[in-house]
Formats: sequence, structure tokens, C-alpha cells
Amino acid sequence: MLFRNYKTDGFFDEMCDAKGKIRPHYRSLIAQFSALSKKEFDQKRQAVDLSFLRMGITFTVYGDQEGTERIFPFDLIPRIIPNKEWELLERGLKQRITALNMFLHDIYHGQRILKEGVIPASYVLSAKHFRREFMNFNVPRDIYIHICGTDLIRGDDGNYMVLEDNGRCPSGVSYLLENRQAMKRAFPGFFEKISVRPVDHYAADLLATLRYIAPHGEENPTVVVLTPGIYNSAYFEHCFLAREMGVPIVEGRDLMVRDDKVYMRTTKGLQQVDVIYRRIDDDFIDPCVFRKDSSLGVPGLVDAYKAGHVNLANSIGTGVADDKVMYYFVPRMIKFYLGEEPIIPNVPTYLPNEKEDRKYVLENMSKLVVKAANEAGGYGMLIGPKASKAEIADFKRKVEAKPRDFIAQPTISLSRHPTYCDGKPEGRHIDLRPYILHGEKIRIVPGGLTRVALKKGSLVVNSSQGGGSKDTWVLSGDE
Amino acid sequence: MMLSRVADALYWMSRYLERAENISRIMDVNLQLMLDYRGVSDAKPKEHWEPLVKSLGDEELFAELYKKTDSRTVTDFLTFNKKNPNSILSCLVVARENARSVRDQISLEMWEEINRLYLFIRSTNAREVWSSGAHDFYREIKQSSYQIQGLAGATVTRDEGREFTRLGRFLERADMTSRILDVKYHILSPGAGDAGSPVDTVQWAAVLRSCTAYEAYQQLNASDLVPWKVAEFLIFADSFPRSIRFCVKTLDSSLHQISGSATGFFANSAEKQSGRLLSDLTYSGIEDVLKTGLHEYLDQIQSRLNDIGLAVFENYIVYDLSDLEREIQTQQQQ
Repeated sequence: MLFRNYKTDGFFDEMCDAKGKIRPHYRSLIAQFSALSKKEFDQKRQAVDLSFLRMGITFTVYGDQEGTERIFPFDLIPRIIPNKEWELLERGLKQRITALNMFLHDIYHGQRILKEGVIPASYVLSAKHFRREFMNFNVPRDIYIHICGTDLIRGDDGNYMVLEDNGRCPSGVSYLLENRQAMKRAFPGFFEKISVRPVDHYAADLLATLRYIAPHGEENPTVVVLTPGIYNSAYFEHCFLAREMGVPIVEGRDLMVRDDKVYMRTTKGLQQVDVIYRRIDDDFIDPCVFRKDSSLGVPGLVDAYKAGHVNLANSIGTGVADDKVMYYFVPRMIKFYLGEEPIIPNVPTYLPNEKEDRKYVLENMSKLVVKAANEAGGYGMLIGPKASKAEIADFKRKVEAKPRDFIAQPTISLSRHPTYCDGKPEGRHIDLRPYILHGEKIRIVPGGLTRVALKKGSLVVNSSQGGGSKDTWVLSGDE
Repeated sequence: MMLSRVADALYWMSRYLERAENISRIMDVNLQLMLDYRGVSDAKPKEHWEPLVKSLGDEELFAELYKKTDSRTVTDFLTFNKKNPNSILSCLVVARENARSVRDQISLEMWEEINRLYLFIRSTNAREVWSSGAHDFYREIKQSSYQIQGLAGATVTRDEGREFTRLGRFLERADMTSRILDVKYHILSPGAGDAGSPVDTVQWAAVLRSCTAYEAYQQLNASDLVPWKVAEFLIFADSFPRSIRFCVKTLDSSLHQISGSATGFFANSAEKQSGRLLSDLTYSGIEDVLKTGLHEYLDQIQSRLNDIGLAVFENYIVYDLSDLEREIQTQQQQ
């Protein structure tokens, strides 16, 4: 019933092929949904929203004095990925995180990739998050990025591409897990009929990863989650992960450093901490080393880290791999370190800092998406086809002034997915953020967080800009 | 063993919940009582509410915010006014904020109920519920608080966190009981004249109801509502869960659970002070109270409860780190 008048409008649609026929891996879901009346569906929707609010599964809206918390809009129509497709993605993501870690090791040691001219040295050395202080520093187990969120999109032809890597503090995984819980509560019958790969083991995998990277290989290390505090927009997630792992959640003021060791203040005195899953950026982590005005961090933490008495996930200095200019070079890294072709390609990208690219970017800005190299969350971005003349002129000036700080990409019309809007399913653009854990092994929880741009025609899926999310199902089989 | 900040948050979470519950009960009882005074002069409501605001310790702020002292203004002040840090709304915001910061330490069920209560009082229809019937409104808050206490007992591990939660609740409860009683102190002060009038009996019943003690008292005293007996009951009753002695006994036992030392001894300044207070409450009676004067006596109790709270803070939350070496050694030996 629900999908009778659904139209793909010529976009690549996850559920329907070009002729409007339902793809095989969506057929059982549609059969299940068809048994529901609109009224029943609406009731389920309201019940799910209310349960999110009651459980406090919310994010804080910045700049609101009342400290308003909103729920992250959740769409009940799940996104489905056949197993074969997922296996390919999994291989591609493993390949990518391996290359990124080798790259980070290299640039903080011999810098072979720069010496051999594969990446122009100036790009790395000018990167905002390149931490010179950590040259020749050996991180435990030689892993830099332990937790990575890599954003994937599909273009007109349905091929997956990597849009960006988040190698600092990727967020959103709690929504992935809560979304699944909500779907199971709302539609228990679906999961009996359709074989969906489970995701609940994420917290156990995360804990295994964090334990593996203890600084001295301790058998039973003390692991904590470091949060900026309850007013941080992702506090719910920090708390959720700590609870699921059964480890303490701490704020900077709970920790102190003495003799290069980190302790937490407890009611029975001090207890040493071995591994910190920190959800605070490098800049704020230690007021003695980075931002002096930060009250979130722990004075002396960086010294303790350098002395090898505590480990951080992710390591300090991984932000250089998040730099969107560095993204441009990831396919080269894969070839250089692994001798392989990238399994999941990048989106074609222009570097305005290169003369020819710059000319092209400035002349064609109205067709391109221009992004600031070091911003996240959909900020500092120009979508050419939707921008006004004044906005384009403004960005042209910015790019000309600081070409190193920008990249440009053709506007990709992201794949669409039926999403319940205004009382019926309509196509909305989506992306996918899988979460990759790199400990003893590389583990990826099947699927990831599917984010959806709820505004008609919008390509921006970020929660801060009107995005929502969906449950993501990886099937055990292909149909 | 738990994070000091977590212990602190659990302690304040339950203190503020207890405070909100008590203020709800006080408001409910007193608003009903005021129904008896309908149509009497303006002086009566003022006379009735003023000691209450005073006893809750916010008279200056109240005078700043309102011109008149009547049911309306006092209700607004104690229920919805955000500028009053002890209004029910303010208490619940702080309680929930503390609960949120220790979400990993309390059960999902308990958190959901605290959050639900918070969403209720923050919702626009809370005021509507209030205007359509204050009784139902305050009842909702009290019920929720009882439910949270029940959930704490039924779904949370009996560890140190539970003791800090209990400590906060009983410290607050002892304090509130003393304040509720203090509202009527003038009747028991030496030389008071109108004690024993019919209005007075109603007032003493209200004091008992404000502590949910009316029925318990009646069972013990067979509807003989005598002021000094009411005071005796609320201060010294051995097994009534809101009497000051009972509260101090409970919080003393929580302190010993936390430190692991035996009751009757003390391992730190908090236990020393709670033990002394408990012993004073055990080995004195209403005649000692009347000798000192009820108001003065209750004042001392409040300040001693306050000192216990401070000692807990110094011993467990922001302890002195000057002797770090010993601290670490003790830690490693465990």
C-alpha cells in the first residue's frame, strides 16, 4: 500500500531500479510493509519517536539557552544492502584503513612517501593537524587510527565511492545501535522473516580493540571513555558506549597526571588509567601542550602519553588524515604502500592549490561542490548549483586567497531512498557511514549509519543541518 | 570504589529529587489547608505562608520577586520559578542533569523515570495540569519520586553508588523534616499563647501530612493531636522513615557502608559528626528540645546536617592530595 505511488524521478534509487521495479533484496521488506495500514505505520512512528525522547536519546542544540535536546529524526524505512555488496565494501574499507595507518606511521617517521614524491611534502607539512611534536614517536602496536568512520556515497550509476574519512572522533555509532533496537521493538515480525546480520557486538569489539592497545600490553587494562561533558552534543553517545562496554565515563577533571602516569580520582583514592577512548579533539586534550584555554582536557596528559604510560584512541596527530586535501592522495597511498588498486574509488577531486585545477575550479564553481579542507559537519561548504551568485563570488575570493585550504568535487547526486515524508514515502538522498575498528584485527560492524537528507532535494545529510537516519540492514544472503 | 564526581552526582541527584518531593507535599498540604481560609482577610494567607517561605530559607529572594505573599505567589515561587534555585522545577532540572552525567551508574528504568518526570515538568501542559487541579499535579511529582526510589531499590546494584544515593536522600529528608516542623516553632516557644485552638489542631495535622506522618502518628497516639507530641514524633520516632533520628541513623549506616568501618566507630570526620548527631538524637528527648527551644534546636540540627554534607565532600569528593605517595601505595595494596 505504502509504496504504490513511489517515484524514482530519474535518480539512482536504492529500492527501485531504473524501470521502477523493486530490487530483489527489497522484496520481502515491501511485502511486510504492505501488510500495514497507514494508520498503523503512523502509530509505530510516534511510538518510536516518543521512546527516543523518553530514553534521552538526544543531541544538544548549540546556541540555545534552554539547553534544548532534540531527537535525531529517525526514518522507519530501513536501507538494505545485500551481503555480496557488503563484502566488497568491507574489503575496500579494510584496505583503506590499512593504507591510512601506514601513511600516518610513515609521515611521523621516515616520510618515504614524501621523499619519493608520491605526495608533495608541502601538503603534509602545511596540514593543520600535522603534529610535529610527534615525529619519531612510536604508538603502541603501531596503530594510529583505531576507530574510523568513512563516509560512502553512491552516484548516478550506483557505484560506491568514498566521500571522506573521519579519523579523529567519528560519531554516530550509538544511533546505529539504537536504531536497530527501535526497529526490533517496532517491527519484531520483520526480523523473523528477513535474515538481517546483527550489530550488537559493536561495543564488545570496541572494548577488545581498546584493550589490545594498552601501552604495556597489560592483560586487564583500565579503559575509560573521556567526554567533554554533558553539554556536548554527542554526550549521549559517549555515555552509551561507556555503559555498553562497562567502563567508566570520565571528564577531564576526573583525571590527573603525576609522574607521567594518568590517574582517576575515586572515592577510594587514585586509580591508574591505561587506555583512554577520548572523544575530545587533539586541540583540547591537554592545556599544557595545545589550547591553553581548554578546561576540558587533562594537564600533563600528552607527557604521560609520550612517556608510554597511557594510550589514546585515536592517537594524537591522526587529524592530518582527515584533511580533505590528504583525502585526494589516499588512492596513491593505497598503491604506494599496498601495491593495490583502490577497491572503493574516491569521488573525483580537484585541488585548487594546483594551477590547472584552480583554473578549472574558479571557472566552473557553479557546477562544483567546494569544501574547506579542515571543516566537518557540513560546515564551510559551497554547493555550486544551489548557491547564489554572491555566495559563489565569496567562495571564489576565499579559494584564491588560500587555495591550500579547499578542495572541489563535481556535484554528485547521491542515491535516493524511500523515506517517509509528509505522509508518504518519497525519495530522499542518503549516504552511509560504516565504523571500522582497528585492533588486533580489523572489524567492521555490518552496515553502518545511513544518514538521510530529509529536506526535499537536499544533499546535506548532517544532523546539524536537517539530516536524519535510518536503520541499515546487511542481509545474510543476497535477497 | 567509584569516581568522586560520580559519587557527588548521585548524592546531589537524590538530594534534589527528595527536595522536589518534599516541596510538592508541602505545597499540596498547604494549598488544601488554605481552602479552609477562603473569604477571610488578606492578613491570614500572608500569616500562613510567610513562615513557610522563611523556613525554606528563601525569604529575601521571595521579597525581591513578589510584592504580595499569598497562595498564588508562593506557589509560583516554590513550583515554577526558575530564579528560585529550590523551586520544584529548578530541583528537577538539577536532579536530571546529575542523573544524566551518571547515566552509566543508574538503571535504564530509573533514568527513564527521572527523564519522564523532567519532561513532564518542562512541558507546557504542566502549568495546565496545575491550574486544573494542583492536587493532581503535585501527586504526579510525588508518585514519580516514589517510583524512582522503588526503582533504585529494585534495579540498581547495591554498591557504593547506592550508598551515596541513600546518603543524599536521607540527609535531605532529615533537613526537610526539620524545616517543616520549624514552620510551627512559635507555638512551642516559651510563652506562646494560642496553642491548642481548633485552627491550631488543623495546622499540626498539616505538619504531619507534610511528612506523610499523619497516619503513623495517629496509630501511636490515638488521635491525640498535641504539639509537643508531634514534635517528639517527627524528631525522635525510632522507626518512622521520615523522623530526623531515623534519617540520621540511615545516613550514618550508609557512611559506614562506604568506608567499611564498623558502626559505633569512625574512620573519618563525616562519620564522627554523624555518629555524634545520632547519639544526641538517641540519648535525648522532647524535654531537652523544649528546654533549648524548638527553633534553636532545629537550627542546630540543620547546621550539623550541613557539616556532615561538607565533611562527605572533603573526604570523598575533593580530598587533599598532599600525601600522594601514601595514597598510591594504599591503592596498590588493595
